[in-house]
Amino acid sequence: MKAIVSVFARDAKGITAYVTGLLAAREINILDISQTLMQEYFTMIMLVDLADCPLPFDALARELQEKGEERALAIHIQRQDIFDAMHRI
Amino acid sequence: MSYLMNTDEILQTIRMIDQQHLDVRTITLGLDLLDCADESAARCAGKVYDKICRRAETLVATGESIEREFGIPIVNKRVSVTPIALVAAACRDESLTEIALKMDAAAKAVGVNFIGGFSALVHKGYSDGDRRLIASIPEALAATERVCASVNVGSTRSGINMDAVARMGRVIKQTAQRTAENDGLGCAKLVVFCNAVEDNPFMAGAFHGVGEAECAVNVGVSGPGVVYEALRECAGAPFDVVAETIKRTAFKVTRMGQLVAQEASRRLGVPFGIVDLSLAPTPVKGDSVARILEAMGLEVCGTHGTTAALALLNDAVKKGGVMASSHVGGLSGAFIPVSEDEGMIAAVREGTLCIDKLEAMTCVCSVGLDMIAVPGETSAETLSAILADEAAIGMINNKTTAVRLIPAPGKKAGDTVEIGGLFGSAPVMDVHAASSADFIARGGRIPAPLHALRN
Repeated sequence: MKAIVSVFARDAKGITAYVTGLLAAREINILDISQTLMQEYFTMIMLVDLADCPLPFDALARELQEKGEERALAIHIQRQDIFDAMHRI
Repeated sequence: MSYLMNTDEILQTIRMIDQQHLDVRTITLGLDLLDCADESAARCAGKVYDKICRRAETLVATGESIEREFGIPIVNKRVSVTPIALVAAACRDESLTEIALKMDAAAKAVGVNFIGGFSALVHKGYSDGDRRLIASIPEALAATERVCASVNVGSTRSGINMDAVARMGRVIKQTAQRTAENDGLGCAKLVVFCNAVEDNPFMAGAFHGVGEAECAVNVGVSGPGVVYEALRECAGAPFDVVAETIKRTAFKVTRMGQLVAQEASRRLGVPFGIVDLSLAPTPVKGDSVARILEAMGLEVCGTHGTTAALALLNDAVKKGGVMASSHVGGLSGAFIPVSEDEGMIAAVREGTLCIDKLEAMTCVCSVGLDMIAVPGETSAETLSAILADEAAIGMINNKTTAVRLIPAPGKKAGDTVEIGGLFGSAPVMDVHAASSADFIARGGRIPAPLHALRN
């Protein structure tokens, strides 16, 4: 299953390293990544593949959210289908 | 097919959900209960309870798992059932309240916040089951928390049953009196229809029609906040641009609804029924239909131009949505429930939006005079006359109209009725003082219009 991971936070050093580390530790492969800075806000969007991730989706979403909160990051994971449905015919 | 990640699109979707209140308003499981018929109301009620609990057992959990995986809020999970007047026609008992109590218990057991279908279809006349159901409505709505009732009193094909209209004016009054300690809350769960639809997922008017399958998943989408934000970006542009913008937005909103509907259908093992293309407001700021109309250039909703603005909005929502869904149905259009729309409430308080303008607006949008509080002393005949006016609009225009009026006991025009929760709060609106009593006392049927003869 493919999913979109979005990360929003006040900019700081090491956010990308931290988040990609979380994903790697859960056997999640990053297929595409985009990162921008709007004023001092950091925004990162990743397309990921969950094929090898041992966790059920619910548990994964919860873990990412909790791990994000430890560093004041808003990390969300959503199935890619919703973006596809909304923007592609 | 490989997916190309487009950051702008992804951020747009996330913004719609996080900041513009985009959500799926309801997943409603329609359920046939005709096989629960029994000569005893108590036994019938038991079968109703068992069947709802069995078939809707996983509805809420399924909805919640879809919410988490797709990151899209699904505000309500609900059940609609076969009109109980039909299910209970074989019962010999005079009161059908026991069935409502069991529906309420079943709704609580499966965790849905409303269950619709304590309903009767009497657009041409009453059967004995219809008569007993309607007589049970005030007691049933006072005794239950989650049960919603509806009565269809007219249709384009059959005209308006004015006996039923007169009767429903009295039923609304009685329901208000029985729930007087809550400002007439019972009336928020009672809808009077003309041209009721069989696959409506929205409460309080949802029921599972007899032409429907054993069960079906119907989904109602929403998104006034998304349309409002999109329109703010085309300030001063001609209406062609406004209509295009609304269509594009409605398409996106509906595609999301279609995805959720298909996913719910697959996971529940229940056929997909329809997506209802609706703009349903909530009392939350930024989720208002009135504010969309104002964004088109009206100082306050209800002023001159409001009907035209709403007509454009309603039509563009349908045009945008229809291509996004494989089956469209339900009520499909913009809703204008006063108590559930922050902008409508403000417009009433400000004195610009009155009941006559709301009636005009219902000619060009989905449903009708919805969630409107009127003074507690409003007579049953005046309520009936309001119902008749709305039913006539539905009958002549070949559309569904619905009326939900709350004659709040002890309240006067200008007071506020606190209905609470999803129903919001409503400013009490003035009605005309001149009597319609002789008009309502006539009874009988208003014949079907000429354009009913389409064969």
